[in-house]
Amino acid sequence: MSDTDTVEPVRSIRAPARLEYRFTAGAAQSRFLRHLVEGKILAQRCPQCGKVYVSPRGACAADGVATREEVEVADRGTVTTFCVVNVKFAQQVLTIPYVSATILLDGADIGLMHLIQEVEADQVHMGMRVEAVWSPPEERGPTLESIRYFRPTGEPDAAYESYREYV
Amino acid sequence: MADTDVLVAPNILEYPYTRTVGPVLGRFMTGLRDGRIEGIRASDGRVLVPPAEYDPVTSESLDQFVEVGQAGVVTTWAWVTEPRPPHPLERPFAWALIRLDGADTALLHVVDAGDESKMATRMRVRVRWRDHRVGEIQDIACFVPEEGQ
Ligand SMILES: [Zn+2]
Repeated sequence: MSDTDTVEPVRSIRAPARLEYRFTAGAAQSRFLRHLVEGKILAQRCPQCGKVYVSPRGACAADGVATREEVEVADRGTVTTFCVVNVKFAQQVLTIPYVSATILLDGADIGLMHLIQEVEADQVHMGMRVEAVWSPPEERGPTLESIRYFRPTGEPDAAYESYREYV
Repeated sequence: MADTDVLVAPNILEYPYTRTVGPVLGRFMTGLRDGRIEGIRASDGRVLVPPAEYDPVTSESLDQFVEVGQAGVVTTWAWVTEPRPPHPLERPFAWALIRLDGADTALLHVVDAGDESKMATRMRVRVRWRDHRVGEIQDIACFVPEEGQ
């Protein structure tokens, strides 16, 4: 005998996907991550095109040459593009809406992705000047989470021309 | 740890998907929950297990369900010597295509044969149901060799 007439039929199934990786940061990124513990943002300059990469990957993607020269970049910069997160997902730490942005740090030639806080999501905009809010030294580790988030500095917006190449 | 050492960290991506199954697979899954295996009859008379929503030849919608047997024949198989965490069994097992009695197509599932030497193409196997069934393919815990082989 079947229960199908009285019991709700199956309409959905659980189909979780789980991918377990072991991420190896590499030499350049490991040095970058360790400098975060000291409150410093380490980048590398390409000997050919002169571009400054953060986080550094040990080579220039455009020229294919090793980037051995290390330079420190500022912990403040300009929002080049951003995304307002309005969708809930599992293991979400922040309350929505919140803003994830690409920040062109002063002295860098590539954007760094991080959170923007201490400002309403709908106030974040391209060209906005922001600065890092670091965790207290004793809580820092070799992780980008040592920077808790970025917040507006209150400076006037950067001119579009100053970051148009990076959008 | 020296400053030159390379940092390594686990990076786990998880997507907790729920998939809607539609009326045809929904009925198949409901059958599994009830301990029954249902296929669907195609326009050429063949019984497809698991059931397809549309005829593989004519593309027309299919709705003629047919219950099939709970035992069948292994048509091909691959032995897994070292099961990995997501696998259905922790001991070595076979992935197999199994054509159930009354079906014309084969179902991909697991054969718990104990040892690779017990596996053979054309061997007969029987369903072993899971104790608590919820309406998913894992309600069939595995297939096991039929006795007397
Ligand atoms: Zn370069």
